[in-house]
Amino acid sequence: MNIVVCVKQVPDTATERKLRSDDKTLDRDAADGVINELCEYAVEEALLLKEAHGGEVTVLTMGPDKAGDTIRKALAMGADKAVHLVDDALHGSDALGTSYALAQTLRKIGFDLVVLGSESTDARTGVLAAMLAERLDVPQLTFAKKVEVNGGSIAIERVTDYGYDRVEASLPAVISVVEKINEPRYPSFKGIMAAKKKPVEKLGVADAEIDASQVGLANSWSEVADFAAAPPRAAGTVVKDEGDGGVKTADFLASKKFV
Amino acid sequence: MSEILVLVEHVEGQVKKVTLELLTLARKLGTPSAVWAGPGYSPDAKARLAEYGAEKIYLADSADISDYVVAPKAELLAQLVSEKSPAAVLVAATAEAKEIAGRLAIKIDSGVLTDVVGLQDGLVADQSIFGGGVNVQSRVTKGTPIVAVRPNSTPVEAAAGAGAEEQVSVTVSAAAKGARVVDRVKEEKGARPELTEAAIVVSGGRGVGSAENFSIIEKLADSLGAAVGASRAATDAGWYPHQFQVGQTGKTVSPQLYIAAGISGAIQHRAGMQTAKTIIAINKDPEAPIFELADFGVVGDLHQVVPQLTDEVVKRK
Ligand SMILES: Cc1cc2nc3c(=O)[nH]c(=O)nc-3n(C[C@H](O)[C@H](O)[C@H](O)COP(=O)(O)OP(=O)(O)OC[C@H]3O[C@@H](n4cnc5c(N)ncnc54)[C@H](O)[C@@H]3O)c2cc1C
Ligand SMILES: Cc1cc2nc3c(=O)[nH]c(=O)nc-3n(C[C@H](O)[C@H](O)[C@H](O)COP(=O)(O)OP(=O)(O)OC[C@H]3O[C@@H](n4cnc5c(N)ncnc54)[C@H](O)[C@@H]3O)c2cc1C
Repeated sequence: MNIVVCVKQVPDTATERKLRSDDKTLDRDAADGVINELCEYAVEEALLLKEAHGGEVTVLTMGPDKAGDTIRKALAMGADKAVHLVDDALHGSDALGTSYALAQTLRKIGFDLVVLGSESTDARTGVLAAMLAERLDVPQLTFAKKVEVNGGSIAIERVTDYGYDRVEASLPAVISVVEKINEPRYPSFKGIMAAKKKPVEKLGVADAEIDASQVGLANSWSEVADFAAAPPRAAGTVVKDEGDGGVKTADFLASKKFV
Repeated sequence: MSEILVLVEHVEGQVKKVTLELLTLARKLGTPSAVWAGPGYSPDAKARLAEYGAEKIYLADSADISDYVVAPKAELLAQLVSEKSPAAVLVAATAEAKEIAGRLAIKIDSGVLTDVVGLQDGLVADQSIFGGGVNVQSRVTKGTPIVAVRPNSTPVEAAAGAGAEEQVSVTVSAAAKGARVVDRVKEEKGARPELTEAAIVVSGGRGVGSAENFSIIEKLADSLGAAVGASRAATDAGWYPHQFQVGQTGKTVSPQLYIAAGISGAIQHRAGMQTAKTIIAINKDPEAPIFELADFGVVGDLHQVVPQLTDEVVKRK
């Protein structure tokens, strides 16, 4: 099975994240870039599927040069090779532009199964997998907490508000995973060394047959008009429980008219 | 006034509160038309939608709309956009409705904004990003704006609309039938309000200690008419089901009141609750980061504080 796992580099959530004052896009230099957490689960699931069914795992990332670190991390976990879509023309693409660029690249490199995280920690739109399924005209099996492949068919458990749906389709398909699905492996020392030698193909917009008028900040379907840091929350009152903590909390609730 | 399409969220035939919020918001922008997709429509549903301002109700209530994942609903909305030329399409910012919005955006070549917390004239949207740290104003620049609005961000107001029904005939295309839902498994949730819609949420974390002990969290929640949430440490331990997880990889909630008991306040948890209007923390560690967010905090053992609070709430009712 030819599995492509889409991996995004995001600013570390433990550092302060900012937008740039000049073009109002994500400030990628302000914070350390790390692999989007749910993408680790996507890589793990791709590796588990490969181990069970054979085939090859290709990592696909769209992002600046710096995103190469994230590719190495996925390769160190065990992926076989990578495609790095990198081009200044892609800077500032919104979800429509990003999904278009990734879909064009996926068409070019081919796939039986595309695996994504269900959400990124920076933009958190949670739409990429659905958009890829729409653009590639293949079944959408998203928010999976369990995936089973059987020959040319695939079934998942899709997390819902009330529990989960069992969903079936045939390959090729696009899936996205939630973090309940597996426990991502840590790269071993051997894996880290091996990753240095694995092939990473860099593609620009023209190489991937991406129409440059459909990507980038200026061609996005939406724009950030303005932004500002949220006013900090006013400091609250903290009391020590001296046998009356519950009563004091109830007093606070009453003062706010919750009781 | 221009027409605004509102995709109705419904469960077992009941219109969810977020839909009333969307109708309230849509009335500020134009004339709301509700779009009902899937089975379960009833006169009660109609009455509710009309009460909150739906002038029209587009009905596509055949079963096959919800027998396949997401795609048929996106097709339905695309068809309505081309027939009715609305000024905007509003959906709830739930996992599934955002996916519908995403596919719709591609079908109609229009921009989509997710996790919007307010809409102003000219369809300028307020978004709260980076776990509540930055406020953004954004807008769609191409096509018919598609806006996914976060539940609990708009106070609901009733204002009667005509609620004129119009049956929409849709044929789900073969392409939209790729992923079939073969079974729906319901995990019990009891009579509590739904997590993302609840005005009050009471969440428990690792400090709760066991699945059995979650009953003290549930009792407090029930005394307040609240939903129960949990940190990932609690859902990972199997003490509470995953769908109640609040945070980066769980639900995002914006209730009026959020009570965190035995939760440290890790950044990934905060990402899901930081926009709550009022936050209360109960934690035995005075250094726990959750206190940085709290409007009111108690340093103490939740096993003492929470039951006492429940008793007080019941007493004062
Ligand atoms: C704070 C913020 C808010 C934004 N809001 C909007 C908005 O409302 N509307 C809009 O159209 N755009 C928005 N954007 C732009 C959006 O971030 C980009 O289009 C982004 O590349 C895709 O969105 P996502 O990360 O939210 O994807 P999600 O759908 O949340 O990500 C899910 C998965 O998609 C895959 N993936 C995502 N990006 C890449 C990539 N570059 N390379 C490889 N795989 C990837 C990963 O597997 C990831 O786990 C926003 C950006 C920021 C920084
Ligand atoms: C990819 C990824 C995604 C994640 N997504 C989420 C998410 O969606 N939601 C989420 O919550 N977390 C998420 N996390 C996990 C997050 O980093 C924290 O590990 C988690 O939130 C911790 O849960 P906790 O606060 O219950 O536990 P802990 O951090 O262990 O805190 C327990 C707290 O309880 C207090 N305590 C203990 N006993 C008592 C007592 N008797 N009375 C009062 N207080 C007591 C302690 O002082 C402590 O502060 C994610 C992590 C990763 C890597």
